[in-house]
Amino acid sequence: MKQSKTVTLALAFGLAATALQAQDLRIGLQEDPDVLDPDQSRTFVGRIVYASLCDKLVDITPGLEIIPQLATGWEWSEDGLTLTMTLREGATFHDGTPFNAAAVAANIDRSQNLPESRRKSELSSITGVEVVDEYTIALSLGAPDATLLAQLADRAGMMLSPTAFEAAGTDFGLNPVCSGPFSFVDRVQQDRIVLERFDDYWNADAISIETVTFLPIPDTTVRLANLRAGDLDMLERLAATDLPSVNADDSLSVEQAVSLGYQGMTINVANGAGADTPLGQDARIRQALSLSIDRNVINQVVFEGAFAPGNQPFPPTSPWYNDAFPVPERDVAAAQALLAEAGFADGIDITIQVANNPVQLQLMQVIQAMASEAGIRIEIEAKEFATLLADQSAGDYTASQIGWSGRVDPDGNIHQFMTTGGGINDSGYSNTEVDDLLNAARTSTVLETRLASYNAAREILNADLPIIYLYHPVWIWALSDGVDGFVAYPDGMIRLEGVTVAE
Amino acid sequence: MLAFIGRRLLVAIPTIILISIFVFTLQKLLPGDPVLAMAGEERDPELIELLRERYRLNDPLPMQYLYWVGNALRGDLGISLRTNQPVLELIGEKLPVTIQLAVMALVIAIFIGVPAGVLSAYKKGTWIDWLANVVALSGLSVPNFWLGIMMILLVSVKLGWLPASGYQPFSEDPLQSLRTMLMPAFVLGTAIAATLMRHTRSAMLSVLKSDYIRTARAKGLAERVVLVKHALRNALIPIVTVTTLLFGELLAGAVLTEQIFTIPGFGKLVVDAVFNRDYAVVQGIVLCTGVAFIFMNLLADVAYRVLNPRMRDE
Repeated sequence: MKQSKTVTLALAFGLAATALQAQDLRIGLQEDPDVLDPDQSRTFVGRIVYASLCDKLVDITPGLEIIPQLATGWEWSEDGLTLTMTLREGATFHDGTPFNAAAVAANIDRSQNLPESRRKSELSSITGVEVVDEYTIALSLGAPDATLLAQLADRAGMMLSPTAFEAAGTDFGLNPVCSGPFSFVDRVQQDRIVLERFDDYWNADAISIETVTFLPIPDTTVRLANLRAGDLDMLERLAATDLPSVNADDSLSVEQAVSLGYQGMTINVANGAGADTPLGQDARIRQALSLSIDRNVINQVVFEGAFAPGNQPFPPTSPWYNDAFPVPERDVAAAQALLAEAGFADGIDITIQVANNPVQLQLMQVIQAMASEAGIRIEIEAKEFATLLADQSAGDYTASQIGWSGRVDPDGNIHQFMTTGGGINDSGYSNTEVDDLLNAARTSTVLETRLASYNAAREILNADLPIIYLYHPVWIWALSDGVDGFVAYPDGMIRLEGVTVAE
Repeated sequence: MLAFIGRRLLVAIPTIILISIFVFTLQKLLPGDPVLAMAGEERDPELIELLRERYRLNDPLPMQYLYWVGNALRGDLGISLRTNQPVLELIGEKLPVTIQLAVMALVIAIFIGVPAGVLSAYKKGTWIDWLANVVALSGLSVPNFWLGIMMILLVSVKLGWLPASGYQPFSEDPLQSLRTMLMPAFVLGTAIAATLMRHTRSAMLSVLKSDYIRTARAKGLAERVVLVKHALRNALIPIVTVTTLLFGELLAGAVLTEQIFTIPGFGKLVVDAVFNRDYAVVQGIVLCTGVAFIFMNLLADVAYRVLNPRMRDE
């Protein structure tokens, strides 16, 4: 025993002190990304890698305005059916293929027609692509689509090297070739993704880091331990409960941004037999449940006050938030009155399913305690996420605690959830008035018109409550003090323009 | 001996078939839809249908099984639903990682377990025996994930001696590779060391009571020689067997340890695959593990016969 301990210590001492490589940035991710092909991938962390690897036609500002990236300018036709984009000259893909209008056309064709593409719905409004000249492209639309530019600011607008994807086909993700500030070097599944500076990048002056290494470390405690030990330079999604200790640490700093997404409880109102419950059939009971919850207390108890309480698909900080319906105060008496009116003066039993991770469980336990004071007895059904999703999609549930990662355009946070037959309308909610309003908001490019439509839809949805919104997560990044110039974006991405690492 | 090995290999065939059926059906019993997990947040119905066709999920179960086994026999375990990589390639990538972890853990376990077992048997009933037992019991009772996180906090964050997590292939940088693996191997090894210590102790106790030990002592041999040369050598036979069989426990422990220390090995692969319902990967891994376990059992039997001549006639 003694001998082995000596060996251990000797090894530790003898090999201590690793020298960090110059201008290498090591970023801890919460998960391992899936396939690195923007047309096929679906994970959030994959998009974080793309932010360094693949440029898009347009980008966003932290305030969600659309700004040029590979497209330097754009113009809508009078009828809103043609979007003409001027493209950046002198940009190239990592394999030397020049970026031009033909490349854009090939990329849109791939996103729309590759059988495995996950981007089809995002670009479904594009019916024709015309290469006007080397650096001008015109996209024709079947119907006006206000969301298109925002879609082009994400995976659907990422430009891949046509030479590379024509050669690799669906295997493109094993060796992705884009035109971003960094090019792909190497990937070891579940261990690391390494990128290196692309010297021919059109904005190379803004990039001072030589190599970026993404390391998936799912455990939040271990991820933070790696940052403290100097094995990471920054990490994404710091646990809210670790905020106080990180704030107290002089060698670390924190950046935050309210996310575009939300967490809530989806109620089955018309999705199969599971909808046949008092909760599903009577909006008053849903309102009672919503009123029984103190959203601020949830934020304090479960998230150390770091998140943003909410009651709409858009956070209160968003320009799309409807101020006429502020986050409701808890009102137990009103909840009880509504229950009595619905014929449940003695209280009611409901079942809510939730993903079996500690944070979401804790959230539901707090809600359970609050609701019980209003006479709503919640049975929590903890399920592993894949099972929860399958049951929810099949309509085999009463209520489900689930969220949405959020989209830049407001349409992405509401349309497919609330319109009749919407792709992810697991609630089964259907209301022709809401359908009309949300479709109108989607096709108008006038901000005021869109806002008015969303506000009108919110008024109806706020009464019907097919989804009871609870809070908006806040992205929290922790950085070691050597990292400078990082800007927090509400989309949770890590953009490395202007970021530096000190030795 | 060859006939014995041949017989055992024949018996292994139905076992492997059983394992494959078991893995396949058990996994299909899991709730949750792999395609739903694959399709992304938007869940495009067209894509879902395409994926179902692509992975033959619309075929009847027996057909799916035969298709999988047929391909497996030809060395094709399918491709990962999540990353499009061939499963065999993934396994080939991960196996060396876990083997390194397991070997290092085993070495640590033997260094701790065997001496502790010998000592506590020799000093039976004294405070040394008592202490060794307490340490062994704590080794068994302290959960891997707790010990792992505590060690990261102490050794990496407070003392800064070793990297907190990650992995470096041995072939690229042996020193760094050993450094990153040391802590996980220690955490994994302590649990095994406890089992090993208990087995060593009881084997030594029974050997120490035998006549030849009394004879050795009567001859006036030094106590150290009696203990190491005569007693331990004979007690080693069951210990070797136990050690080989601990292989299974090592693999199970590796699942947790790799998760904590973010080591891209077999265990982490299987956990991620299960959560993503990456059927092909789970099936491939469990099949390989099953085959490896059968092989280790065979090895244990052979080792037993080599070490103990009396077994050979049976």
